[in-house]
Amino acid sequence: MKRHLISAADLSRDDALLILDTADELAQMADRPIRKLPTLRGRTVVNLFYEDSTRTRISFEAAAKRLSADVINFSAKGSSVAKGESLKDTALTLEAMGADAVVIRHPASGAPHRLAGWVRGSVVNAGDGTHEHPTQALLDAFTMRRRLGRLEGLRVTIVGDVLHSRVARSNVLLLQTLGADVTLVAPPTLLPVAVSSWPCEVSYDLSAVLPKTDVVMMLRVQAERMNAAYFPTVREYSRRYGLDGARMALLPEHAIVMHPGPMNRGVEIAAEVADSPRSTIVEQVANGVSVRMAVLYLLLGGSDPAGDPGGDPAGIERPVSDLAAALTAEVTR
Amino acid sequence: MSDSQRWLIRGVRPAGGEPADLLLDGGLIAETGPGLSAAGAQVLDGSGLIALPGLVDLHAHLREPGREDAETVQSGTEAAAIGGFTAVHAMANTDPVADTAGVVEQIWRLGRQAGLCDVQPVGAVTSGLNGSKLAELGAMADSAARVRIFSDDGRCVSDAALMRRALEYVKAFGGVIAQHAQEPRLTDGAQMNEGEFSGLLGLTGWPAVAEEAIIARDCLLAAHVGSAVHICHVSTAGSVELIRWAKSKGWRVTAEVTPHHLLLTDELAASYDPVFKVNPPLRTRADVAALRAGLADGTIDCVATDHAPHPAEDKETEWPVAAFGMTGLETALRVVHAAMVDSGQLDWAGVADRMSARPAAIGQLSGSGAPLHGRPLAAGEPASLVLYDAGARSVVDPALQVSRSRNTPFAGMELPGQVVATFLRGEPTVLDGKLAR
Repeated sequence: MKRHLISAADLSRDDALLILDTADELAQMADRPIRKLPTLRGRTVVNLFYEDSTRTRISFEAAAKRLSADVINFSAKGSSVAKGESLKDTALTLEAMGADAVVIRHPASGAPHRLAGWVRGSVVNAGDGTHEHPTQALLDAFTMRRRLGRLEGLRVTIVGDVLHSRVARSNVLLLQTLGADVTLVAPPTLLPVAVSSWPCEVSYDLSAVLPKTDVVMMLRVQAERMNAAYFPTVREYSRRYGLDGARMALLPEHAIVMHPGPMNRGVEIAAEVADSPRSTIVEQVANGVSVRMAVLYLLLGGSDPAGDPGGDPAGIERPVSDLAAALTAEVTR
Repeated sequence: MSDSQRWLIRGVRPAGGEPADLLLDGGLIAETGPGLSAAGAQVLDGSGLIALPGLVDLHAHLREPGREDAETVQSGTEAAAIGGFTAVHAMANTDPVADTAGVVEQIWRLGRQAGLCDVQPVGAVTSGLNGSKLAELGAMADSAARVRIFSDDGRCVSDAALMRRALEYVKAFGGVIAQHAQEPRLTDGAQMNEGEFSGLLGLTGWPAVAEEAIIARDCLLAAHVGSAVHICHVSTAGSVELIRWAKSKGWRVTAEVTPHHLLLTDELAASYDPVFKVNPPLRTRADVAALRAGLADGTIDCVATDHAPHPAEDKETEWPVAAFGMTGLETALRVVHAAMVDSGQLDWAGVADRMSARPAAIGQLSGSGAPLHGRPLAAGEPASLVLYDAGARSVVDPALQVSRSRNTPFAGMELPGQVVATFLRGEPTVLDGKLAR
């Protein structure tokens, strides 16, 4: 695996499967009385959040803590632009503090990419602007595999504001790597102009796609799109691209409904759908912790702590059997 | 300026032609031909070098007054001389804006004081570049700075009625409106070329149509009122087609292209390094090919640098918050060499035309009636010229540049050529590739 996780495109098929398999192992731990592993003891993980995202921050924090890492939460909302310290100066500060990993959420596309050029530790992209959110894609893939038993050949339909969605970008890239067939459904205004070059199908007609869908993923419609002529009204958007009970009935019986959250109930997803047994929305949150544990474990578990001379800068792939051994040791302790 | 020093330049190839000697005396080229001799003249061995008329830039941001941390007239004209330029047009988006006779005269005087190349101020079209009210164009035209080109560059004169009035008004003194063609509503928050890469990178797109729509409109307006429009930094294949069409009608439309748009493409944004962030943005390979063809066939009249220096803190940031712009004066000729000469699309006479004669004609650079720039290297013409070693090659190192800023997109690239010497009216501003004073 690469040293950083910035784009879902950084992951080979083997990398991605290793993360999912590791997450599977780690998920078993959630049922145990002691939920903590000593693996990252002495390591420092910084959560550097330039945007409010309670859900993602807490998920990464829980993941790092369950691996016994020291966690520093650095909420820097608004400080990079105009007021306060530049991202580069913040990076140099974190570097001086000896951060082994920096988990960054930033409103600017590419900020994690820039950060990776300024720090020695691993950079994990926790969502950058309208670019990517690779751990969300990993937890989505993990959830699909758990529910449906496979990813290869799975028909995944992603619906909504693809143009501005980091979740959609990362999912398209990761699912393509893992052999699923992705279809994007959106009004043409909310698709990138060159979407035809993406490794997926595109449709403007949700009802026509749903009968051939194993997984439907509804994207959040941001309030600011509603006033910028991307679509006439919220009601019209909801009628054409929302998932209500009647439309859900078009799905095959086994199909699942996903949403990265937070939801706009009554806009892109009806309450009856969000709360139905097909919905994986709460599961996705739980799975997020396991997947992020796996990412941190694989990026940091094999390398030496920051600042340790002679440390191997590259992440080392650890076979899952090592982890299994560690888990066993933990349980028998 | 002293004109007592005479220079005999031996064995250069004027515009890439047969070797000849040039005798510079009294600010003019006194004699040309083989085997010249001149007692007491400084001799410069120019064998193997190409001589071109001093380069003329229609579009540079010298940042003074207001952003002297990025560049000054002194440092900017040093960069120009190093790049082989003997005249630069200084864009109006300074602070205060160059929208009055007072400000343009200040910039013009700073250029005279520096004495490294002629600084011709461009006047703003609208007061404060606010796009709503015409600046005192006539006062700037009548000032000591003799402004002939007016531009709100950095911003588009997007109001069609105001653009029409500006085009009409400057007819009274032979002015030209240089348009920064960018439909503002189509480029709200734009970060890079809209296309395959903007979609993948999640950066807001700057569509080609936002440039082309304004160019089409302004060509029609210029034709309608019988005035002259100049299109700044043309960046798309569609723009080239529109300008070709307008010229075929006989309309007074001229255009420039930057060196970076002749060589670089939007895929460089994948690095998220804002050194590649520029407005208009780097485009696709197809656009680069069309721009080169347009420059070769004369649809695009000239190369202009859009030299846009920025301090490091405005570039060492996240892409969306970084400033737009690249430096270009010191590398322009080398980039044109790589993009146009090495590709066989222009010869050196063509380079002299596109980087000196045509821009000087558009800028109407004349002293007391006689043209000062863009003239052939012939007896009786101004001794403003550049000597260029086309056989050299080197890697661009920003630390070695004389501009006050370091934001060159060519850093680390190997480019052909080396400016060996620059002469302004018979006086060397650059010798041995270094500032002569």
